[in-house]
Amino acid sequence: MELARAFSTMAADLPAIFSMIVVSVVGLVMLTVAAFRSDHPSIPWLGVAGMVVASAWELFQLGTEPGTAFFGAIRVGGYAAFINLLVLLAGIATTILSVPYLHRLKHDYGEVYALLMYATVGMILLGSSNSMVSIFVGLETMSVCLYVLAGLIREDEGAVEAALKYFLLGAFSTGFFLYGIALMYGATGTMYLPAMAQADLATAGGTLLFWAGVALFLIGFLFKVSAAPFHMWTPDVYQGSPTPLTGYMSTASKAAAFGSLILVLYYALPAERWTLVLAVVAVITMVVGNVMALSQANVKRMLAYSSIAHAGYILVALAAGTEAAFAGALFYLLVYTVMNIGAFGVMALLEWDGREGRVQTLDSLAGIGTDRPVLGVTMVVFMFSLTGFPPFGGFFGKYAVFAPAVDAGLTWLVLIGVLMSAVSGYYYLRVVYVFWMQDRDDVVDARQASLGGLPPVSRTSQGVLVVCAVGLVAMAFFSGGLIEAATGFFDASAMAAAGGGG
Amino acid sequence: MDSELLVRLILLLPLFGAVVNGLGPLFVEQMRTREGWIGTLGTAVVVVPFALTAYLFATFDGTPVVVDFFTWMEAGDLSLQFSYLVDELSLIMTLVVTGVGGVIHLYSTGYMHGDSGYWRFFAYLNLFIFAMLNLVLANNLPVLFLGWEGVGLCSYLLIGFWYTDLSNSAAANKAFIVNRIGDFAFLMAMFLLFSQLGSLDFDVLLAEGPQLSQDVLNWTVLLLFIGATGKSAQIPLFVWLPDAMAGPTPVSALIHAATMVTSGLYLLARMSELVLAAEIVMAVIAIVGALTAIMAATIAITQNDIKKVLAYSTVSQLGYMFMAAGVGAFFVSIFHVLTHAFFKGCLFLGSGSVIHSMEHVEHELEAEGHDVSDFDPQDMRTMGGLQQYMPSTGWTYFIATLAISGIPLLAGFFSKDEILFKAFEYGFVGGANYAWFVWGVGVITAALTAFYMARSYYLTFLGEPRWPDADTVHAHESSASMTIPLWILAGGSAVTGYLGLPAVIADGKLNWIHHYLGADYGGPVAEPSLAGHVPLALEWGLIGLSSGIAVGVFLYARSAYLATGVAFDETLSARFGGLYQTWSDTYYWDDFYDNVVVDSLINGLARRGLAPFDGRVVDGIVNGVAGAAQVGSGLLRRLQTGVVQNYALALVLGVVLVIGLMVFGG
Amino acid sequence: MEVALNWYLALGAVLFSIGTLGVLFKRNAIVVLMSVELMLNAVNLTLVAFSQSMGDPDGQLLVFFSIAVAAAEAAVGLAIVIAIFRSKVTVDINEINLFKH
Repeated sequence: MELARAFSTMAADLPAIFSMIVVSVVGLVMLTVAAFRSDHPSIPWLGVAGMVVASAWELFQLGTEPGTAFFGAIRVGGYAAFINLLVLLAGIATTILSVPYLHRLKHDYGEVYALLMYATVGMILLGSSNSMVSIFVGLETMSVCLYVLAGLIREDEGAVEAALKYFLLGAFSTGFFLYGIALMYGATGTMYLPAMAQADLATAGGTLLFWAGVALFLIGFLFKVSAAPFHMWTPDVYQGSPTPLTGYMSTASKAAAFGSLILVLYYALPAERWTLVLAVVAVITMVVGNVMALSQANVKRMLAYSSIAHAGYILVALAAGTEAAFAGALFYLLVYTVMNIGAFGVMALLEWDGREGRVQTLDSLAGIGTDRPVLGVTMVVFMFSLTGFPPFGGFFGKYAVFAPAVDAGLTWLVLIGVLMSAVSGYYYLRVVYVFWMQDRDDVVDARQASLGGLPPVSRTSQGVLVVCAVGLVAMAFFSGGLIEAATGFFDASAMAAAGGGG
Repeated sequence: MDSELLVRLILLLPLFGAVVNGLGPLFVEQMRTREGWIGTLGTAVVVVPFALTAYLFATFDGTPVVVDFFTWMEAGDLSLQFSYLVDELSLIMTLVVTGVGGVIHLYSTGYMHGDSGYWRFFAYLNLFIFAMLNLVLANNLPVLFLGWEGVGLCSYLLIGFWYTDLSNSAAANKAFIVNRIGDFAFLMAMFLLFSQLGSLDFDVLLAEGPQLSQDVLNWTVLLLFIGATGKSAQIPLFVWLPDAMAGPTPVSALIHAATMVTSGLYLLARMSELVLAAEIVMAVIAIVGALTAIMAATIAITQNDIKKVLAYSTVSQLGYMFMAAGVGAFFVSIFHVLTHAFFKGCLFLGSGSVIHSMEHVEHELEAEGHDVSDFDPQDMRTMGGLQQYMPSTGWTYFIATLAISGIPLLAGFFSKDEILFKAFEYGFVGGANYAWFVWGVGVITAALTAFYMARSYYLTFLGEPRWPDADTVHAHESSASMTIPLWILAGGSAVTGYLGLPAVIADGKLNWIHHYLGADYGGPVAEPSLAGHVPLALEWGLIGLSSGIAVGVFLYARSAYLATGVAFDETLSARFGGLYQTWSDTYYWDDFYDNVVVDSLINGLARRGLAPFDGRVVDGIVNGVAGAAQVGSGLLRRLQTGVVQNYALALVLGVVLVIGLMVFGG
Repeated sequence: MEVALNWYLALGAVLFSIGTLGVLFKRNAIVVLMSVELMLNAVNLTLVAFSQSMGDPDGQLLVFFSIAVAAAEAAVGLAIVIAIFRSKVTVDINEINLFKH
């Protein structure tokens, strides 16, 4: 290809990565400001502004036809825009929630918010990848930033332990992931997802090579979405990391990883050979997540196991592998992102003294609902939604992932899922119970914990939580339209626009 | 007026009340003490819908009205509408819910006076009414399920209302969790129906449902029935209801007597076409109902807590209603729902009035320097002679007692007799053998009912006062806001029976409720077609028999308890020996769950992690499941060692698993 | 001398396995870090081998990215190990188990 023509094509493709450009440039500006004054109060709001601009752009891309850019490396159109929007909204919410939290901890460095921006860029790249190269780059950009964010409070031994565990296991799984890419590449001769599906795996050795590669490749994703038995890092890391950032890790990075995984399953993997693998992993994940969550005294750790369980529910849809199931998974990601960011956000605003998040027991929050009604009420919404209680989005999300799985003949899997989500009622409702139905004076932990005084109320942060809670109710009412729209991302023209090839 | 608009108002007014009463005071503390405003608003948003429903009822021309609010979700072939149906059945249920509900709201304005959670209480009550209206007005199963879950949630909130008392919240959790077991069955039934018929709208279900294969039909109806046993407190899921009496008394009256617990019956009546097609399950329903009825009635004889007596009585009466459903007489079960709402509502509110006044006595005793730590204002053994102090409460309680006992010409007489008659008829004409059993058990239970209700009335209201210093410390009648509702409900207990005059009178042509609801007359409730009928003389004989039993037993209990008072319980205990002990120990359900399920299976391990859900009876089962999970949790926890290399090892094992499945499993 | 593709792949697999075992059994955080690097480089070798044998440049392209990522990871990883050493005065990863169960 002639170099000049290549450059002009790439210049024409720039709008495809508009939001990545905006977010990274704003990130650079933030770094520059931080170089002069690290805790300048305008830095997080710069980031929010950048992400708002990017999300506005993505909002308009939602309805566009699917296609590719940069010689098939990047995917554009509705699907990519949906994942990107999700990631950006999570980023906005996290930034706003982090401001009072990090300020209280005296860790409100501008670099933190800049890192958040770069992690977001990685997620956007991941969610709109069309080739193995961009998947790898996106995934690693995201992960490296998150390793740093996990260990942000480096004076705290819990935080550095979280960072170390996250980093070591993350890098370890990256090894498998990259090996998987290498084997798939070797078997098919291409890095591009649609081309991979059309590759001829003529020889028996090639087939074996390919499927072993797929297995290793899947492991990389399963690690990132914390599916069991690749989940072991999750509770430790979530418990130790700064709470609002934990919310970000548990939602945005999962949304991007799942979004990318769906693309791979949809475009690159021909036969339904992965159904069994994903179904088995989904069962293990749901069981481990829910069962372990039962016995946790620390809310962050409980929420970590709960997020493992939720990854299991989404995997049920992925195992089904139909377009309706993928659409259901997308809707579930949306609901899950909102409710989990909310739940971690509430916990972030309830920590007595910054570092207590990792040692704070649920009991110490007895009767907090009456002191902080906004946090209490929104937490009830999040908990009921996580349980999958009808008036809230969580119920419709579960419905959207389970119903297509039944249609695809995975009834046994759905039965386990429904049973497990019934079990989940115990630990979610326990939070509601402690928040509202216990009296502080009856609980030793709570009396001691409150001696330090409640953290001050932050109105903007509470506003974000209220928006999340209202959004969950709204999603219940618009679930039909949202699922319909998500199904639209997989229509025939998306298939036709396979494109790509090197 | 436009009936669509009316339906919207009927549904949304209680919701409006719940939102205003709930959110306003939550955020504005000054509003929390404005009892006048909160009570008026809370009551008005139930009474106005009652008036609107009455208007709808009066102008109803027999054509069902379907009101579509909006489309809830549309995905693939599933389309769910927020759609409501007004027909004869839902009109009657709505009248009961808003009518009895309105009266109980009025009563609560007096009963809850001075409680710090007054606003919360009314917000929950309004929310409950909203959910209950969703349940009875729904035009498809999902909306009905939404209401079904909603009433469960409100029940949970209201039982645990006085949440500083720990046992209350254990009871609340128990109610919630047992209901979830039933809900699970309900959901499964819904999935089954949807996978077979592709729709959950009632018109489709009722039109096409009976043509399903017999197996599917049996399973569906059985699952629906299991769902109903959870909500309507039948064996083996009844255990939550007596414990639920920990909540404020108006809640017991509204939710656990008049409305929510009858929603299982409503569901069966609504799906009557399907139930009739599953004859085997009908036998199950009737037998479970009969066993529940007699079991709860015998337990009620031994209880000393006035609310516990009424609670077991409710379980027993619900058993009656299921007996009716099990012999295909759905309209009769709805009839009994209606009459029961009045007399049981009246009894519960009366007991609330009694408890109020006994608490007053307790305070006075305390002021006089007595040790009141053992004084239980709900214990009938410390009451007695209250009739002279609180005449309104006493008389209304007496009327309702006569009604539930089946004394002729009051409401319970007609509805209960109709149930017994239908059971008899189903055996006599329909040839179903189990109907004889059901009938026999029903007659015995009727006698037991008359006995324990007479006991409760005479121990509470007549005889000598049994609290200390009874000659100086007096009980007092409750305020008008509490006695007026009592009289309204007592009036209902006296007259509502005439809506369903028995077949002996004018050959059944004056049985209004049958003509209104029955499918043979264009109503929504199906019934089995029986060839032939019971001879007239035999019918008279049956009526004579049951009236004789009711009056006889009532008079026997009257003389026994008037003569010897509480001591007669010991006579009973001596006469029945071990049997009495069994009743008094509630058939060892508690022990069964505690010892067999909890201790021997999981060795108490479950308790530690689930302290908030601690309780005794069905917590046993619940803890059993959770306990198994806890054991598993304990094992899994050991794997989570905290050492990063073990995590890496798990990851590698996962790699082996995934590669193995991928390469060899495909 | 032409070396067959399979030899490169075998060498890559062996190096990868050595790296995996190193992560599983070495206790010093720095050595574990090096083992991870070894795994990544084994994959790089595999990628280059495939790329060369098929005459397709994409594999080598990915190797460049992979090297860059490995460098970034090493930088972050060493920083974390230093932070650990500061708070615990050890780099034995088995002694870092504040969170468990």
